[in-house]
Amino acid sequence: MIHLSASEMAAKLVAGETTSVALTQAHLDRIAAVDTDVHAFLFVDTEGALEQARAVDAKRAAGEKLSPLAGLPLALKDVMVQKGVPTTAGSKILEGWRPPYDSTVVSNLKRNDIVILGKTNMDEFAMGSSTENSAYGPTHNPWDLTRIPGGSGGGSSAALAAFEAPLAIGTDTGGSIRQPAAVTGTVGVKPTYGGVSRFGLIAFSSSLDQAGPCARTVLDAALLHEAIAGHDPKDSTSINAPVPAVVKAAKSGDVKGMKIGVVKELNGDGYQSGVRTRFDESLELLAAAGAEIVEVSAPNFEYALAAYYLIAPSECSSNLARFDAMRYGLRVGDVDGASAESVMNLTREVGFGREVKRRIILGTYALSSGYYDAYYGSAQKVRTLITQDFNKAFEKCDVMVSPTCPTTAFKIGEKSDDPIAMYLNDIATIPVNLAGIGGMSLPSGLAPEDGLPVGFQIMAPAMADERMYLVGAALEAALLTKWGAPLLSLAPELVVK
Amino acid sequence: MALTYDDVIAKYEPVLGLEVHVELNTQSKMFCGCSTIFGGQPNTQTCPVCLALPGALPTVNEKAIESTIKIGLALNCSIAPFSRFARKNYFYPDMPKNFQISQYDEPICVNGYVDVEIETDEGPKSFRIEVERVHMEEDTGKSLHVGGATGRIHGAEYSLLDYNRAGIPLVEIVTKIVPGTGKYAPEVAKAYVAELRDILRSLGVSDVKMEQGSLRCDANVSLRLIGAQTLGTRSETKNVNSLRSVERAIRGEMIRHAELLNKGERVVQETRHFQEESGLTRSGRSKEQAEDYRYFPEPDLVPVAPDAAWIETLRAGLPERPSIHRKRLQEAWAVPDKEMAAMINADVLNIVEATVIAGADPTKARSWWLGEISRIANDKDVTIAELNITPADVAEIVALVSAGDLTDKLARQVIEGVIAGEGKPAEVIAARGIKVVNDDGALMAAIEKVCAEQPETAAKIRNGHLPAAGALIGAVMKETKGQADAARVRELLLGHLGQASN
Repeated sequence: MIHLSASEMAAKLVAGETTSVALTQAHLDRIAAVDTDVHAFLFVDTEGALEQARAVDAKRAAGEKLSPLAGLPLALKDVMVQKGVPTTAGSKILEGWRPPYDSTVVSNLKRNDIVILGKTNMDEFAMGSSTENSAYGPTHNPWDLTRIPGGSGGGSSAALAAFEAPLAIGTDTGGSIRQPAAVTGTVGVKPTYGGVSRFGLIAFSSSLDQAGPCARTVLDAALLHEAIAGHDPKDSTSINAPVPAVVKAAKSGDVKGMKIGVVKELNGDGYQSGVRTRFDESLELLAAAGAEIVEVSAPNFEYALAAYYLIAPSECSSNLARFDAMRYGLRVGDVDGASAESVMNLTREVGFGREVKRRIILGTYALSSGYYDAYYGSAQKVRTLITQDFNKAFEKCDVMVSPTCPTTAFKIGEKSDDPIAMYLNDIATIPVNLAGIGGMSLPSGLAPEDGLPVGFQIMAPAMADERMYLVGAALEAALLTKWGAPLLSLAPELVVK
Repeated sequence: MALTYDDVIAKYEPVLGLEVHVELNTQSKMFCGCSTIFGGQPNTQTCPVCLALPGALPTVNEKAIESTIKIGLALNCSIAPFSRFARKNYFYPDMPKNFQISQYDEPICVNGYVDVEIETDEGPKSFRIEVERVHMEEDTGKSLHVGGATGRIHGAEYSLLDYNRAGIPLVEIVTKIVPGTGKYAPEVAKAYVAELRDILRSLGVSDVKMEQGSLRCDANVSLRLIGAQTLGTRSETKNVNSLRSVERAIRGEMIRHAELLNKGERVVQETRHFQEESGLTRSGRSKEQAEDYRYFPEPDLVPVAPDAAWIETLRAGLPERPSIHRKRLQEAWAVPDKEMAAMINADVLNIVEATVIAGADPTKARSWWLGEISRIANDKDVTIAELNITPADVAEIVALVSAGDLTDKLARQVIEGVIAGEGKPAEVIAARGIKVVNDDGALMAAIEKVCAEQPETAAKIRNGHLPAAGALIGAVMKETKGQADAARVRELLLGHLGQASN
């Protein structure tokens, strides 16, 4: 049962062929069996999940009208605040903290009766592309346990690929939903900035962070997207407009007459040959489904990575200042006679990992007087140029596409000592965040040379998220026909303990 | 030998810069829904947002924006069609986020002015104080440093933090530099803060209580040789908690600077703290090395872009400027300058106006508030506003006196009763049995009784020795429990004893 898609599980719930308690227990059992190897979860809320499942079953038994995903289990990225449940954002500095409030995403999940299984592993404060920066140890890619599951949301995507959950929540600041989806053979969507409330999302880079759905199929992602999206008065940057009709689009998958723009700059050199093979094949399938493939150019994308690594660290240097041992979380060096300053310093010294410190230092420097214009100021200008590139390109096409990442999953430890090589992993995903538009990654097959999943990225204009789902559904259907079974059926069986 | 103020101004020209922080009186905080009520139990008015819990986000209090725009308009500022919040980054335990949401290079109101008038040797003179900007920000929490001698963080054994104040909306009003006030600098500064206070009060946007910190003034002072173009080094004096302190602090700083400069020493650019008892300032944080606050636009808040039509609606709804209002009242009531000043100093103008609106004669209204009621307030050591008596009560009492139903003396008893919480004037009169004895028959009976008791005094009066009448009038008044009209008693008494009253 755990190998079904969320929609299929939902149909069984509606038909009375299973219960939420049974589904939840099956996933809890799966987590118990495989998560020692995968390490997708930081906290499994067995009691809370079963209690929620029993409540949904009772509602269903009482004949209440329920939402489409009611009773389905979900894995929540640990950056999302959930009342009473340990929330660490992958950092030592929050070890043991139990939030007194729910994030809006969690409130929306609960309102939709979606059962939260637990909190998934991530790079500390979402800073990373491999989940190796978690203070609680790395997550392993279910396709090959010696490889990374992507990051920062490696826990959420690995949980999906390991059939520990049919649905997951991720957050995407520079690719943290899409890149893990790509390297684990799952689907991940970063909605338009402001589409899903950030209230209760522990901030890394406020102007870039966006929560979104992770799933194993495009339709499942769409259903989850509609469950969590919508205007939230608690988030000033939340869009006050109806949620795009993404479920309808995912069910349609009609791309006849759509123009699909291939980004010239996100292909070719630096992209693994198998990645390019799968990408070209996907384009052919979309063309065969009736879409028109055009080439578009985005000349300023080459500055995206540099701009990102000024803006994101700048914002994080300020966002992370609140972790000072005064009100919650870790406190180090609080001995008689110690000053507040020394406690703050020691706590931050011990509580933050290397990558987090690196980015705080970078950001502090970039915002310093005398450097602000050259760094933060210039980066904001690049951001405007990238948005203009997108706007111009969208005059020629309805969506833009690229490989999600230049390579398939690399080995754990391979890039740990080379931050630049690590950062390059996000070269194709970062422009989407800088422009605040939507991006999706879905599986396009395995790279012939290493047999690992390759992701296909679809980018849509702001507030036109439904277009990604149209194209994603079309490609997914064509690939399924070609493969005869979902890509994940090719993943190696995990050893059950 | 210490310098005198005259020595200072003979040689130097002071240049001022004033930063005033105003706590707005909104019901809820700047960026969350927590209450802003003053004096709650520590840390009871907090939530995830103002405690900066992970994941919490600010949202802007629309009422605070409205109040700030009103302030800007009242100070003749332009309202920016687009302004932004910015983060001011620095670490301090009572600042939950370790950054303050403020405004930096895109404030909401810019380029205004306030005209103030002061008495000079050449008569009343107007000075224009130019306002550079008015911007919004949030207050910090409060630290209480326990142990140690100074009450400061250094040397304290431990510190207690109260976040109730964290996130209270603040408006900062910053002047451009103010040269050209010469020896009147302290008075001009005081008049400016007073005028600001009056304007803010008339707008109803703040409690403007300097002693509670809802209006705080930082005074920047520098000196330069008379005729010099370049500015001297400034000091910034904080903790100036009354109008009088504004004047004292500036005067004190001018003398301190001049003493240093005369000795050939330099003024250190620093924050100084005003000491209420001594009138002197003590050194605080050095500002020699500008603190780097790493300002950048607040990404959690969308820019503020007030609708032009809304701004015009607010402009149209502005109350009359307090200074113009005062002039208008003075003319309408025909009040001499000195009396007007007395009312302003005693802060009774608005209450007198309300009493006049309630129907009282302006002169009578003024004399009750400035006289008897002020005296009671002084005795009780409270402000007039805190007394339990309203303009309507006073208007009613004035009317009763005019109608002859109360004497001034009885009116004082009624006022005392109202303030003591015995009820409205009519209730006090009824309960205490206060009434003017107008019945000549009753008065005559009392007069005859008194004359019979004091025949020698009565005889003196009968013989034309009129000054003796006082004793008998007093006795009659006593007999009638003070409820008689003394003038009428005198008239009847003298007639009774064969003397024509005049």
